[in-house]
Amino acid sequence: MNPASTQPKRLRSPRLILLTAGLLLACAASAQPAVTPTPAPGSTDVRWLQRATFGIDSASLASYRQLGRQRWLDAQLADHDDTLPPAISALIASYPAVSTPPEELLDKEAEARRQLKAMPDGDAKVAAKKDLQKQSRELAQQAQQAELLHAIYGSNPLKEQIVWFWLNHFSVYAAKGRVRLVAADYEEHVIRPHALGKFRDLLLATLKSPAMLEFLDNAKNVKGKTNENYARELMELHTLGVGSGYTQQDVQQLALILTGAGIAPKTPRRFERAGRGRFGHQQAAVMREGLFVFNPQKHDFSDKVLFGQRIRGRGYEEIEQALQLITRQPACAQFVSRQLAEYFVADQPPPTLVDAMAKTFKQTDGDIAAVLRTMFDSPELLADNAKKFKDPTQFLVSAMKLTYDGQPISNAQPLVNWLNQMGEPVFGRITPDGWPVDGASWSGSGQMASRFEVARAIGSGRNKLFMVDSPENAAADTPRQRPIAPAMDTALYHAVIEPYLSESAKVALGKAATVAEWNTYLLSSPDFNYR
Amino acid sequence: MNRREFLLTAAAAAATLPALSFSGKLFAAPTSSPRFLLVFLRGGYDCNNLLVPYASDFYYESRPTLAIARPDPANPNSAIALDAQWGLNPVLRDSLLPLWQRKQIAFVPFAGTDDLSRSHFETQNNIEAGQPSAAHSFRSGFLARLSEQLTGVPAIAFTKNLPLSFQGAGKDIPNISMKAEPKARFDARQSSILSDMYKETPLAAATADGLALPGSISDDLRNEMVKASGGAPSARSFATETRRIATLMRDQYRLGFVDVGGWDTHVNQGSVSGGLANNLRNLGEGLAAYAEALGDEWNNTTVVVLSEFGRTFRENGDKGTDHGHGTVHWVLGGKVNGGRIAGEQASVNASGLLQNRDYPVLNNYRDVLGGLLGRTWGLSGSQLQHVFPQAQPKDLQLV
Repeated sequence: MNPASTQPKRLRSPRLILLTAGLLLACAASAQPAVTPTPAPGSTDVRWLQRATFGIDSASLASYRQLGRQRWLDAQLADHDDTLPPAISALIASYPAVSTPPEELLDKEAEARRQLKAMPDGDAKVAAKKDLQKQSRELAQQAQQAELLHAIYGSNPLKEQIVWFWLNHFSVYAAKGRVRLVAADYEEHVIRPHALGKFRDLLLATLKSPAMLEFLDNAKNVKGKTNENYARELMELHTLGVGSGYTQQDVQQLALILTGAGIAPKTPRRFERAGRGRFGHQQAAVMREGLFVFNPQKHDFSDKVLFGQRIRGRGYEEIEQALQLITRQPACAQFVSRQLAEYFVADQPPPTLVDAMAKTFKQTDGDIAAVLRTMFDSPELLADNAKKFKDPTQFLVSAMKLTYDGQPISNAQPLVNWLNQMGEPVFGRITPDGWPVDGASWSGSGQMASRFEVARAIGSGRNKLFMVDSPENAAADTPRQRPIAPAMDTALYHAVIEPYLSESAKVALGKAATVAEWNTYLLSSPDFNYR
Repeated sequence: MNRREFLLTAAAAAATLPALSFSGKLFAAPTSSPRFLLVFLRGGYDCNNLLVPYASDFYYESRPTLAIARPDPANPNSAIALDAQWGLNPVLRDSLLPLWQRKQIAFVPFAGTDDLSRSHFETQNNIEAGQPSAAHSFRSGFLARLSEQLTGVPAIAFTKNLPLSFQGAGKDIPNISMKAEPKARFDARQSSILSDMYKETPLAAATADGLALPGSISDDLRNEMVKASGGAPSARSFATETRRIATLMRDQYRLGFVDVGGWDTHVNQGSVSGGLANNLRNLGEGLAAYAEALGDEWNNTTVVVLSEFGRTFRENGDKGTDHGHGTVHWVLGGKVNGGRIAGEQASVNASGLLQNRDYPVLNNYRDVLGGLLGRTWGLSGSQLQHVFPQAQPKDLQLV
């Protein structure tokens, strides 16, 4: 086979040559010599791939061409290949928020706060306080950057979408309390490992995460002083959906079940004493896992009734039993399936599709990959040429993929700033419901204007994506290099965008006075903003 | 001109104007026409520490750390008596108390929805949709439907995203945040190329408005700010935002929406200091600045402040409060029939609580707002039914 023959004739960009070489390599490495050459992707392939990825880039196009749709989907759902280009890995590893264990981050901050408290009032204290605030703000930004870099450069683009989806579904707000210190850990070690696994495992992982325990106040939910915030949102937002039948009584009972589930304090020795019978619950052990602790001393040991079922008061096992009960409610299968379909398929997804997904959910005991397969295999995914308006994250990530196509950036802060500007920062939703994913929420007039500005910032090259963050560069009087607008008239463009461009977009592109304008119009066009 | 006459005149004027999606100066309404601003407090604010039921022993028993002291002239941190039952949080002494004394603010306690989910998101959506909770159609807000019933009443949301309240109007309702001063980013040629791409799409008007609005608004604001810089609050305060909003509501718009977050106080809520107090102070200053910046047009203005629900009457184990039900709505304006506590009321004691937990709702927001908006614009019964289907508009004679 000659993959180059499927390429457009104009071989003029160096990137195209690289792409061709990459395709040849990919084919050479393939274990199956008899791979049927796949023709250039047709309109349906492009549309399907736009839903299955965060936006098409040369790498995903090449693997799709090589494998075909089914095997490509198999590979994505099997979750064997979740890697980053070395330069991007190195950039992420350079962030203290990622490279420092969360225990250490929490300890360090607690220590800094103690020192601050002990300082006499005065300028030095004010400066130290500002410094501490700056440090924690930076940690939050690093967590945001890490997530966006994964989204843009991750080798499994379907997984990257589902990771973002779950981060949003189990939304935490970085600016609350200590959440910012553990936000990077939340993405990397709580959501990512379970993103394509069993829903119940994912739910339990979020329950035990310091980010969630802090954000929804369960760290403060203790015997005799219950705080029902998390119990309510767990059922309303994470599993069952409002109006699905649970009652205020169920909320209160779940809050009791969750008493004692909190974040481990600095000195664990105090706990080891806790389980020794002062309260007559010798058999209920302290349960620790990372920063999560189940402290029997703070747990309400009464029997509870959830959805009419008795849960014997016995400690940590109550939590697992409750989650089992909740995730096996038919409402859970339906609710989670509908949310997935709203994100990937349509603002008002076809009920037949949601039902089919919910059926898979129930049959597989909440296997996320299986539910996604039902969705991506279904004819409803692309029925009636229905389009979905990209939310700001989808817009940004897909714009980066089209414009820079795998080329590693050296500074991810502009990505964070752009999402702030468009109003959808990751870890930035104050309320636990996550960002809305319907078109109407992101297509108001103010939104459109912000989006065009971001399109220009990306397409004109007038941004700091390739600036190395160094003290010299930070100095205001450093002469900056003249920005170069990236060449977007590439093989990728000719393969997946150009053949399907609307007349109005062509007219606009024809009026562009500069490369920067051409890029801005392309990224701003309806063709690019709907998927 | 009474309101009905105004409507007829406005309708006649509208008929002679070309249909413009962009509703700036080109479509300026008569200056003396009514203005309405909805201020949505997201998060379910604790109304019991705004409007303090100081005559209730039960309040003091229920809130060992959160209660605000009974009115006491010697104690600046005590509630300010509004009548024999109710006191005002003293953080509002400088901002809202003068409005109360001028009878330009009324409070409606035991107000809210029939939604008992106690979910922020569900209840906010319910309120913004303004429909009976069972029949809640996708993405249609009551301000959008109100806007459809009015002519010559340009509408705008002062938010980063178009709120559900204004979605589904069948015409573009622009949205723009006033937290920072807006600036136009594209020149006229680029703007027209960009908006032309969307001409044949449902986003045509949003695109055109989005490109044109910041430029048109920023000129007006710049002129305004030069005039009114003396004594201006700090750049990031809510009062700065409301002054900008006032400029636009005075000159160009008649129906507005703004939201304020951060009211979900489960932990360490505080009473006359702390998180809730800071939020209330900021809000009060913003509303007072709004009244001041409107000048004479304050007399043609109504502001309603509401939130999705109130909170548990008793404080929780973390010196905070959890999700409750009934809340207190505020109605402000130059001609508001204020200085009073309006609407149906219940006794504030354990037996008066709903589910032994929170305030009951005796004044349904759809009925109260229906009555208020009906009077403001002289709407007919069938028009009100379009705005709030199946509501029973209740005229509390607030305007």
